[in-house]
Amino acid sequence: MGETLSKAIQWSSDGDKLEDSPLNNDILTEILIYTEDFEDRYPKEARIRFREPLQWETTLEAADFTSDIYDTRGEAAVSLESDDKGSPLLQLSPPDITVHSFYHLSNLLQLSKDKKMKEIRACLEVNREPIKKIFGPISPTIHEDKLFNILHQLDEKLLSIAVRPITGEGRLSPAAVNTEVDLLKRFCGTGEKRVLKSVSYTSDYVFSNGCRSPPWRQMDGEICSLIIETCDTEPTLFITCSTSGVFFDERIHGEGGVNYYMRKSELYKDIITLLKNMSPHFAAAANEQDSAIQDVPSAKKIVHVETVDVGETGQTLKSNGHEEKNVPEKVRQQLARNKPGGRKKKLEPSLKWKNLGLTSSYDEAEEKSRRSRESKKILENGTKSPVSELKKKANFSGSSLPGSQSSQKIKSPGGAGDFSESSSEDEEDEEQPERRAEIPTDLPPEYWQIQKLVKYLKGANQTATVIVLCALRDFNLVQETCQLAIRDVGGLEVLINLLDTDDIRCKIGSLKILKEISCNSQIRQTIADLGGLQTMVSILDSPDKELKGLAAETIANVAKFRRARRTVRQHGGIKRLVELLDCVPNGVSMSAEQERDVEVARCGALALWSCSKSTRNKESIRRAGGIPLLARLLKSSQKNMLIPVVGTLQECASEKSYRIAIQTEGMIEDLVKNLSCDNQELQMHCASAIFKCAEDKHTRDLVRQYEGLKPLVMLLNEAENKQLLAATTGAIWKCAISLENVAKFQEYKALEILVGLLKDQPEEVLVNVVGALGECSQISDNLATIRKSGGIQPLVSLLTGTNQALLGNVTKAVGACATDPENMAIIDRLDGVRLLWSLLKNPNPEVQASAAWAICPCIENTKDAGEMVRSFVGGLELIVNLLKSQNKDVLASVCAAIAKIAKDVENLAVITDHGVVPMLANLTNTGDDKLRRYLAEAIACCCKWGSNCASFGEAGAVAPLVHYLRSKDPSVHQATARALFELSKDPNNCITMHENGVVKLLLIMIGSTDEILQEAAASCVANIRRLALANDKAKYG
Amino acid sequence: MLKMSAMNRKFIQNLAETLCKQVKHFDKRETECLIRLFSGLLGEQAERRAAHGLDRVRFRHILHNTFGMTDDMMMDNGTSPIWMRTRIIIMPVFRAFDKDNDTYISVREWVEGLSVFLRGTLDEKIKFCFDVYNLHGDGYISREEMLQMLKDSLIRQPTEEDPDEGIKDIVEIALKKMDYDHDGKVSYSDFEKTVKDENLLLEAFGNCLPDAKSILAFEQHAFQEQHGH
Repeated sequence: MGETLSKAIQWSSDGDKLEDSPLNNDILTEILIYTEDFEDRYPKEARIRFREPLQWETTLEAADFTSDIYDTRGEAAVSLESDDKGSPLLQLSPPDITVHSFYHLSNLLQLSKDKKMKEIRACLEVNREPIKKIFGPISPTIHEDKLFNILHQLDEKLLSIAVRPITGEGRLSPAAVNTEVDLLKRFCGTGEKRVLKSVSYTSDYVFSNGCRSPPWRQMDGEICSLIIETCDTEPTLFITCSTSGVFFDERIHGEGGVNYYMRKSELYKDIITLLKNMSPHFAAAANEQDSAIQDVPSAKKIVHVETVDVGETGQTLKSNGHEEKNVPEKVRQQLARNKPGGRKKKLEPSLKWKNLGLTSSYDEAEEKSRRSRESKKILENGTKSPVSELKKKANFSGSSLPGSQSSQKIKSPGGAGDFSESSSEDEEDEEQPERRAEIPTDLPPEYWQIQKLVKYLKGANQTATVIVLCALRDFNLVQETCQLAIRDVGGLEVLINLLDTDDIRCKIGSLKILKEISCNSQIRQTIADLGGLQTMVSILDSPDKELKGLAAETIANVAKFRRARRTVRQHGGIKRLVELLDCVPNGVSMSAEQERDVEVARCGALALWSCSKSTRNKESIRRAGGIPLLARLLKSSQKNMLIPVVGTLQECASEKSYRIAIQTEGMIEDLVKNLSCDNQELQMHCASAIFKCAEDKHTRDLVRQYEGLKPLVMLLNEAENKQLLAATTGAIWKCAISLENVAKFQEYKALEILVGLLKDQPEEVLVNVVGALGECSQISDNLATIRKSGGIQPLVSLLTGTNQALLGNVTKAVGACATDPENMAIIDRLDGVRLLWSLLKNPNPEVQASAAWAICPCIENTKDAGEMVRSFVGGLELIVNLLKSQNKDVLASVCAAIAKIAKDVENLAVITDHGVVPMLANLTNTGDDKLRRYLAEAIACCCKWGSNCASFGEAGAVAPLVHYLRSKDPSVHQATARALFELSKDPNNCITMHENGVVKLLLIMIGSTDEILQEAAASCVANIRRLALANDKAKYG
Repeated sequence: MLKMSAMNRKFIQNLAETLCKQVKHFDKRETECLIRLFSGLLGEQAERRAAHGLDRVRFRHILHNTFGMTDDMMMDNGTSPIWMRTRIIIMPVFRAFDKDNDTYISVREWVEGLSVFLRGTLDEKIKFCFDVYNLHGDGYISREEMLQMLKDSLIRQPTEEDPDEGIKDIVEIALKKMDYDHDGKVSYSDFEKTVKDENLLLEAFGNCLPDAKSILAFEQHAFQEQHGH
């Protein structure tokens, strides 16, 4: 954002306005989309408060703030949310608006509707350096701040937009080469008028990226090699096309050797230019065709041609890719200018889609503008006999379409002229470019039939419309060719327009088609682009149940991507969909009407399932009262109803409110019941819902009470279905947090099966399996079980993985296993401790901490632990240095490990040399009880070497330790008393302790029931007392 | 006058008694209401015709005004979108009501027709629609009949060589879809099979049944308001 805003964006001459240029618009649109989605994508970061607020003059009014997170008072509006000082995070006092966080920025834009662009423009015009406002004068680095990282990514995206026109056009792509070769092939022939003899690839194999060169040469940017026979050059030309241009191969003379692939010629920008330079015959012939271009009436032709020195074109170009940035225009211009006479209108160059013969003068102009965005080759042979006939059909005008939404597409004649549209706005459509490369030839017969039907659809009354719709449905709509054909001939516009009519049969017929074809992601996006979702949402109010159901089902298909889900929400779709759920699912003898209600509810659940993938939709579903309705539907006995219902629930269970509701509305019982059904998808969703909910203790108990643990263990045998297995193991993991459940799992022999799953499973399964084993090892019997069923070895070998979540769980499990001496022997033999130790170097603090925790029992249970630890080169220094971590859990775990390490005097000496004493002392001011406990233990253990005891006192560790005795955590008391006892061996420390009132506190501790605490406290008091006596003795003799 | 109306009432009650046993979907009270409505409509008709029953003009008027079904599709010169203009084949519908072919709808025909119109099951409706579309009464819907019924259902393309090409094409599409036995025409069983398979094709060749809204309005008007009598 920062970089691009300062460098790429174009400011008007007086410098305070953003120019209205296409580039700016692209950048602003990107920022807009990004900001609008920000809250959905990064809910946590969106809440971060800006250092300084963004402030600008808005056109919004208080009335625009319809969301319930805002409070409007007269003309002003404020957010209900405010910072810790009580000032609101968004404040509107017209015309000024102040915003403090991305959360409100997102909301604001969503509320702005059609004024969005204006707002973002106004905001950026006055906030020239938003990054500084957001982060203050000193920007954090990428690594330490997630928000900055996110904005940095946006910045890079924007930069790539800014440079797109430069790079996009300058380099050859496989598609471009392909098109050019196809074109050249048309020039080949045997007659006298042929331009070339032959063109062929050296390799027929096409890699998935479109290249034909072998991979090692693709590394250098090569795309493919060609053999071209011209009419006048000898011998045959061997040509290589690479991303930076086209050149001759050394192979011309077959002189292999070291420089085999070194290019022989200079770089040409494309094959045609190269041929023109090499073959006078070709140049002459090509120029003949160029002249034809003059015949095409087009005033706009030159508009897009930038001022490029024509003298250079047609000559060789230098290898620098950037110099070629205007290649398409250059070609055009060059072709336009080279016009020797003798025009024979044998070949008519045109855009490549012209060979479909479906362009009219109208969309030619449109294609011109399109062309400027595309770096595609443009010559094409357009005179084929069937073309003229087709042209006529393409000119059929659909302008009498009622209720036309007048999108760009509707305007253009409903022919194949629509082919290349719609990619530029599609933000999520990755498949588009690939597909486009395939279009030109071989259209299937269905294409023409569909085109004809869509043409009829545009001019038919209800009666004929229904017939045509039914005929359309008879095509195989699952097939992508048919789906795309409907879109490409403008069928989607017509179908969506039909949804706005009054005729129920037309709507039903149209929805039946839309429902099928919306399985295709490109169709989904086009439907959303054309505003289809809004119409479908309003159809949900219809009294006709079949219609409602179909609309909901289609929404379910379309709302598979974020923007669509947001559209559904913003147009009130969630509430309506939730209303559809209202039915009695399990009536004893249901009337036809009730059955229809159930079917509608099923469709509604399907749609909600799709929508529930967005966080805000989950919230909307809850607010619309969806949870009790879902709970009621969960009682259904039909699988096709249960799957979307449980699917929605498990999706929503990521939210706390749902987890509570699932528990309190009694849904656990039904979820458990369905674990034993015979449908794996349903079982998976149930297990997944339990997985997410079982973080809560009561839920875990409920699962056990409803006897859900056994079916879960049974499901472990379905090892083929990995998704199911992942959900099941996840549920087992979370359920195993309760000891009672672990006992059950023991009874069902779950551990043996789990250990068997440690091998050859995908990571998402492994994470859960290992997590479950870790939880089960709370019961020591299970440690032996894991060993006996051969679990130690696979666990230890998982320590070498890279998946952070998995590592976290593996270290935990290995640590738990290490508490058993027999297990430890195996771990030691497998060199597990060394592996754990190297995980201390992992960048993820959670992994560091759990590795350090796991190291503790390892040291404790290994014979010759001291020797082992010393054998890790640099190991001690590594662990001491982790005391510099910012993470509390890492610190606590490292302190615990240091306490164990320090039991070996030699090692204690080494860590003392590495400065462990001042580092521990530095940490003493912490308020975290867990850290306090292990810190005190570490201090107690480290006192036992040399002058460490005194050094702690000098480093100021004593006074804070005394205060630990006031902590509420008894485990802190014991460790602290032991540390104080060790420290009290130094007289100065005793004085400090006494000054800090330690005696009174210790006296309380002596009254404790914990004997170790008693003894440590008493011994410490004794030491202090002895010092006092000695002092008295010295004074008074 | 008063005496006559009393007699009339007695007569209507008796008639209703008989009819409601023979015609499905209506109970006695409803039948009575429909008969009353019928006699009311007759009363508005010219005296000499009243004896026979409702004539075409009257019936057409009812379809227009009460059920919102119109056939004046080509009368508005393209001001409203084409598919908004409903085409209903009035005369065939009349014939489907007029079972004895005497060009008048008797009270029995009236009640029977309305029973399908208002509350018909899918099977009854299929039968009714087929009767409507079976213009020549020969038990088949032929290509020519389809062409006649669909002739105005598509915008004519003046540029096309044959302006009716589109319509002919649509007729072929419909025939292909419906003609299960491949005899080049649609028999009753063809039609039934098609509609059972795809309900949308019930009114495949033109609107001949009232929509849900009109039905509701009619029933309210006919059955509830007259209840007070």
